[in-house]
This record gives sequence, structure tokens and C-alpha cells, in this order.
Amino acid sequence: MNTVNEPRSVDADAPVAVRIDALNKWYGHFHALKNVSLEVKTGERIVICGPSGSGKSTLIRCVNQLEQHQEGDIVVLGQLLDDHPKRLRQIRREVGMCFQHFNLFPHLSVLKNCTLPQTANLGIAESEAMAYALKLLERVKMREHANKYPGQLSGGQQQRIAIARALCMRPKIMLFDEPTSALDPEMIAEVLEVMVDLAAEGMTMLCVTHEMGFARKVADRVVFMDQGEIVEQAPPEQFFSQPESPRTQQFLNQIINHGVTAG
Amino acid sequence: MSSLSASRRPHPALRWVHKQLFPNLLQSILTLATLGLLLWSVPKVLDWLIFSATFVGSSKADCVGGGACWLPVVNRIDLFVYGFYPDTETWRVNLAFVLAGAIIPLLYFKRIDRRWVLGYMMLLPFVMWWLLKGGLGLSSVSSTQFAGILVTVFLGVIGMLFALPMGILLALGRRSKKPAIKLLCVLYIELVRSVPVITLLFMASLMVQLFLPEGVTIDILARVLIVLVMFTAAYMAETIRGGLQGMAKGQYEAAKALGFSYWKTMSVIILPQVLRNTIPPLLTQFIGLFKETTLVVVVGVLDVVGIAMSTTSAPEWIGLEHEVYLFLAMFFFVICFALSRYARHLEKQLEKSR
Ligand SMILES: Nc1ncnc2c1ncn2[C@@H]1O[C@H](COP(=O)(O)OP(=O)(O)OP(=O)(O)O)[C@@H](O)[C@H]1O
Ligand SMILES: [Mg+2]
Repeated sequence: MNTVNEPRSVDADAPVAVRIDALNKWYGHFHALKNVSLEVKTGERIVICGPSGSGKSTLIRCVNQLEQHQEGDIVVLGQLLDDHPKRLRQIRREVGMCFQHFNLFPHLSVLKNCTLPQTANLGIAESEAMAYALKLLERVKMREHANKYPGQLSGGQQQRIAIARALCMRPKIMLFDEPTSALDPEMIAEVLEVMVDLAAEGMTMLCVTHEMGFARKVADRVVFMDQGEIVEQAPPEQFFSQPESPRTQQFLNQIINHGVTAG
Repeated sequence: MSSLSASRRPHPALRWVHKQLFPNLLQSILTLATLGLLLWSVPKVLDWLIFSATFVGSSKADCVGGGACWLPVVNRIDLFVYGFYPDTETWRVNLAFVLAGAIIPLLYFKRIDRRWVLGYMMLLPFVMWWLLKGGLGLSSVSSTQFAGILVTVFLGVIGMLFALPMGILLALGRRSKKPAIKLLCVLYIELVRSVPVITLLFMASLMVQLFLPEGVTIDILARVLIVLVMFTAAYMAETIRGGLQGMAKGQYEAAKALGFSYWKTMSVIILPQVLRNTIPPLLTQFIGLFKETTLVVVVGVLDVVGIAMSTTSAPEWIGLEHEVYLFLAMFFFVICFALSRYARHLEKQLEKSR
């Protein structure tokens, strides 16, 4: 893995990519996100961590509205999110997402997985979509598998294709929801490598992950969540060496005791 | 088995016989009894069906072999197959049969692009209707000339192919977030499923006329077709709904996250997977529909059963009900059994590909 160049501080007056303001979200009566505010600058890499059930997934799924929030504002790329379907689709096309379980389309070949979103949603011609898809598959080192079906590939391979598929939409922001936690340990590195490359290219990223090595290496900021709240956020050096909140300290201790990949 | 045998392990076939047929005393007795019954009955049945049966002749008087008298079927086979279709136009019926039968190999070969198959299946009912009913260059054939296997295949195939898209829409509607659409679909599905087809057929043949202005009539074939489509669609909707429910949530989410609209998500991501998984039960429903078409005889449409009934009551063939109905049973059995084996085969393949 190549390291992202130091210093990794993002230009202080880079435009804001995502602004979350006083966000509240309930599942029925369960208060899943409590007054969460977060600002992400263009080019910034954010790692979100926290114990299970703390609302990490819920938070990043609100950014592309896979979950609807009840209170607060989310502004993505200058667009305030509302429930207007067309505007929402527009935003989703500019925000890529990778899931824990890849969610590739099993009835389509790898190549088709990557071209269909382009032709169907961006109106790109088949030949151009194909060329771009192959370029991205090359980048995630999956080009030789372009004609296989997802079911024929390992988890790590599928996740790399899922990343390529998301990138095919030419997104400006990428969301990752525990992209490596469903993978066997030996496949985690290959996926992280792709993510590190992506970070090095300056992609704006919000990653929910427990890969603390990844956080140290690429994150501009680590956000710690617990019980639906952002408890603490800090650059990785500071976050790992001098965590402020006792909850953060406890979480970090647990993670260290259970190995780096523990979820 | 025998002590003289050199090899310790008996031949696999012998082991199978031992394990499956003679594992214990009771099983052995049952096996022997069944064997005896078969030995006694099969020759008799075959003799009646084939060896002593009469296949050639011109009237009942020619049946002297003591076996079955197949003459009413053999001599009227054109009537059974083509009904009263004009003699010079029967090639249209043959072509329609071939086009309908072609679906099976099309579904079988996975090399063929599914979109072509789907397109073919969407066009087929219209092409069949045009071929058989006429118009646009083909001489028109009145519905009263439709009878026999022609009607059965016509109603079965066209009914199925119209019912499928309607069933899909109903299934989607039933899962819709819009309460009005959902309610409408639920009402429709539940209503149709709780009424026997035969009632619907009577309604179509008698009641529809009440609501139409005087002088306006809808073709009787069209009316029974609509009933069969409505009926089958409601059942298919439930099968497809099951398939939709079985779809992983992640597929919808991935599609959403990539900016797919609802209809695109359904048409290129969800439904192709659901349909692939539901082909076996849908095929089973087709078998059901195929058999259900025989009910149209109660509203005066002469399908293959109608022709059989008219044959048995024709003075020259009176008293030959056994042969005629046996032929009918074999006709349905051959088609339905083949289809059901095919459905089973597809199911096995699907299991393997998981
Ligand atoms: N669809 C839902 N309906 C009801 N409650 C939900 C739903 N999704 C999540 N929750 C609840 O909201 C809380 C936050 O869930 P979330 O998935 O965001 O947690 P997480 O931090 O991603 O946890 P994990 O590390 O286990 O993925 C959990 O307590 C969960 O039970
Ligand atoms: Mg989660």
C-alpha cells in the first residue's frame, strides 16, 4: 500500500462537499441519530467508527438518503436534500456507495454491472461506457474477470468490482459502509489498497470502518460515534494517541484488545 | 448374492434392487404383489389399446378386433386439431403451433439473449391472434370456426402471455407505497382468487352483454380469453410477489445508490432476477391454465373437450366414449407431464446455479 502524501490537511477553504446540520433520525420511537452535525470539505477523507449500533451506517445512509431523516438539514454538493425524487436521483448519481455485502447485480456480468448504471442513468453510449468500465476494472485489477459473473468471484474481488461500479458513475463523493468487514482477512488488504489509491487521488470519502490502520494512513479526520451521537472527532494522530472522551478510550482499548480488524 | 460369485461386492444394480425393492419382508411382499399386478394388467391394457385395437376403417362396423376402436379419433383428427377452421387455411394453425412451441427451446438455451426471448414472448400473442383470426392481408376467420386443440392452444398460450405482464403489474402494485394502487391491486387479486373460474366464465358469457349497448358484442373468444387472463394474472401476481419478497434488500439499495429510477430498477435489476427464479412455478401455473381452458366448454366454446363431447354423441360413433375420452386424457397428460418435467428440470438448474 502506498501512503498518502503528508501533510494530509485539506485546504481550509476548499468548498464544502457535505454539510450535516442538527440531524435527528428516529426508527419508530428509537432515536438513532441525535443532533448530529458534520461538515466534510471537498477532498477530505473521513473515517467514522464506533461500537455496533451507534448509528454509523444510519448516518452515511442519510447522506444519499437510503434512510430518510426527520429533522435537520443535509446539504450535498450545494444541494439541500429533500424528498423530490428527481433531484434525489441526481444527487445519488454524484455520490457513490459501497456496501458491506457488495450488492453486485448477480444476473449481470462484471462488465455489465459497470456499464449498465452509466447507460441507464447517465445516458452514456454503450461503447463509451464499456471503455470507461474497463479502465476502472483495470484500476481495481479486475479487468481479466470482466466477463465473469459476481457469483464466480471471491468476496474481495466482488468488493473491488463494487467500488469500480460506483466509480463508473463519476461520483464526487464516495461513501463506504464497512467495506471490509464481510471479507476474509486475506482479502481485506486488496480492498483497502484500492481505497487508499482512491484517497490519494483526492476523492472525498466518508468511510465507516474499523480498519484503524487505514484510518491512520489516509484519514484527515476520525469521527467517533456512540449511541447516535458524535462523541469526538480529531485528526488520526490525535485521535489515537490522546482521545479525549472516556467512551472513545474505552472503544479504542476494546479494538486494540480484539485486534485491529475487530468490529 | 450367490456364494459362487467371485467378487465380494455385488453389482451396483443388484444392490439397488436389494435396497429399494427387497429391504424387508413387507416391502418384498409389496414389490412382488405390484409386479404380479403389472404382469397381469399391462399386457391386457396394451392389447386393448394397441394390438387388438382398430386404427383404420370407415365406421364402427369395422371395429372387430375386440380392442379399442380408435376410429372416431383417427377419422376426425382434423376436427380435433383444427376444429372448423377453413381447410385451405390450416397452415396458419400449424404455423401458430410451431411459433408457440418455439418458446420452450428459446427458454432452454441460455446462450440466447433473454431480451430476445422476452421480446418474442411479448409479440407472440399478437402474432398468433393475427395469424389465426386474420386481418391485415390474411382472410378473416370467425370465432365460431374455432374449435378443438386449436382453441385449447390459442387460449392457453395467448392467455399465459397476456397474463404474465398483467401479473407482474399486479404484483408491483400490491407492493406499491401508494395506498390507492395497493388497495386496488389487493382487492382485485383477492376477489378473483376467491371466485371459481367457472363463475367468471358464466359472467363473461352472460353478464357482460347486459352492460354493453344493444348491438355491440364482444367476440366470445375474446371474452373467455379475458376471463382466463384475469384469473391467471391474479395467481401469477402472487407467485411474482413471493419472488419480489425474496429479493435481497441490498439489490434495491445498490440500485437506488446508483441513481436508478423505480421503473429502471424493476425492469433491469429486480424483475429479471425474480422472473428467472419464478419460471418453474409460472410454468406450473401455465399447466393449470392449459387445463382450465377446458372449462370454456360450459359457455359454448368448443375446445378439444367440446369436440370430444360432440363426437361421442354423434350417431355413427355412439358408445365409444372410452376411446374418445382416453385420447383426451392422453393429449393433456402428454403436454402437461412434459411441461411439468421441464419445470422441474429448470428448478434443479436454478438450485445448482445458486
Ligand atoms: N431499519 C431499522 N429499523 C429499526 N431500527 C433500526 C433500523 N436500522 C438500524 N436500526 C437501529 O438503529 C441503530 C443504529 O443502527 P446502525 O445500523 O446505524 O448502527 P451501526 O453503527 O452501523 O452498527 P454496526 O456497526 O453494527 O453496523 C441500531 O440500534 C439499530 O438497531
Ligand atoms: Mg453498520
